[in-house]
Amino acid sequence: MQDFTIAPMFFHRIQQLLHKPFQSVHPPVPAEIIAPPGEYGPPNVLACHDCDLLNRLPEQVTATLLCARCGAVLYRYKPDSIERSLALTLTALILFLLSNSFPFLAMKSGGLIQETTLLTGIHELWKQGLHGLAVLVLLTCVLVPLAQMMGLLYILLPLKLGQRPAAGAAHVFRLVQEVAPWGMMEVFMMGILVALVKLGHMATIVPGISVFSFGALIFAMAAAFSSLDPPLLWDRLDLRR
Amino acid sequence: MKPCAATARQLGLINCHDCHLLITAAQAKAHQHCPRCGAHLHLRKPNSLARTWALVWAAIILIIPANVLPITVTTTLGAKQADTIMSGVIYFMQTGSWEIASVIFIASVFVPFAKLLILIFLLLSVRFRSEWRPKDRTTLYRLTELVGRWSMVDIYVVTILVALVKLGAVAAIEAGPAAVFFAGVVVITMFAAENFDPRLIWDAIEENV
Repeated sequence: MQDFTIAPMFFHRIQQLLHKPFQSVHPPVPAEIIAPPGEYGPPNVLACHDCDLLNRLPEQVTATLLCARCGAVLYRYKPDSIERSLALTLTALILFLLSNSFPFLAMKSGGLIQETTLLTGIHELWKQGLHGLAVLVLLTCVLVPLAQMMGLLYILLPLKLGQRPAAGAAHVFRLVQEVAPWGMMEVFMMGILVALVKLGHMATIVPGISVFSFGALIFAMAAAFSSLDPPLLWDRLDLRR
Repeated sequence: MKPCAATARQLGLINCHDCHLLITAAQAKAHQHCPRCGAHLHLRKPNSLARTWALVWAAIILIIPANVLPITVTTTLGAKQADTIMSGVIYFMQTGSWEIASVIFIASVFVPFAKLLILIFLLLSVRFRSEWRPKDRTTLYRLTELVGRWSMVDIYVVTILVALVKLGAVAAIEAGPAAVFFAGVVVITMFAAENFDPRLIWDAIEENV
């Protein structure tokens, strides 16, 4: 019996350390919900995206909320989210331009120097007839991240400048979120590191400016996304009112 | 689980997949799309089990050529050498770079196989309306969703090698046929995980009570 209880407790403790302050919400009493749903569901109730349990949100949330039944993260508290994610998105955009205009790696071998940027690498795959692969790399490492950054700017800039949200901003935000699993820059960075070591045996490899800006870009992107506050944005982008 | 707790489905509410707005079933019927973010509305992901099964089978078929055929073909001074994923791992183990060997092994061999096994396990458990540790099964699902993307590492390594190593007759690396199959496995398993609806795990428990 002991073995069965230690693992969940340990896991629970890790979760607590990862996002404290931490709070498990209480599921609401059904009677309360049935009474005031009106046109749409009540705003203080959230259905868990993983198990569909209805969780009641407290009035003022300054903690991470977990689903009472399956432990999924329902809400993370994020101060100044619009300003922070806007600043980080602009940073990421600059780093992205830098990463795509300078060579990644240069290889020296017996007087021959071979330089490559991300785009020439993709072009090389295309020339070898691996069109699907070239398109996949282009999508996951260039187009999707770029679309995500442009989308975030489109949403956040008008909100920051205090205007009404841009036309169709809610749809853009939905697409930005849906496309997120297909942006794989951090995986690409891992690929660069593996390739560096792999080729280390064969020739001298000189990492270019791009490798460093790409490394910074990954952190800027991750920070921009983790400082987003989706419930707040959905509320601000809601044009029904 | 507290007896007073209810799910959105039991109260006739639909949770928008994308913006988590709760919509009453009557409203959803009239609109079809979420009034706030425009996402297509459904109570559960449509045809979740059938779609996930289909994608899992496709991945099982593709994973065989991905592991048997060569992923890179290296030409060094006229001599050609074809490497499969596993022979690459073994090469690095033998030459002492066990870090690289373990990264490639975990990302390209362990993760895709583990992901397929977990998805099959989840699909079967939903199919047989299992009540076994639903919370852990949900965690397992979250894990497969999170970790799948890292399998792309090998594809990126091949891209970089192909672009960089083209020194004419001295040394050149070409992508082998397995690269395409392997990329197919990664993309298809990602779609499979996306199509599986973890709420089905919990539905079985509520219906059996």
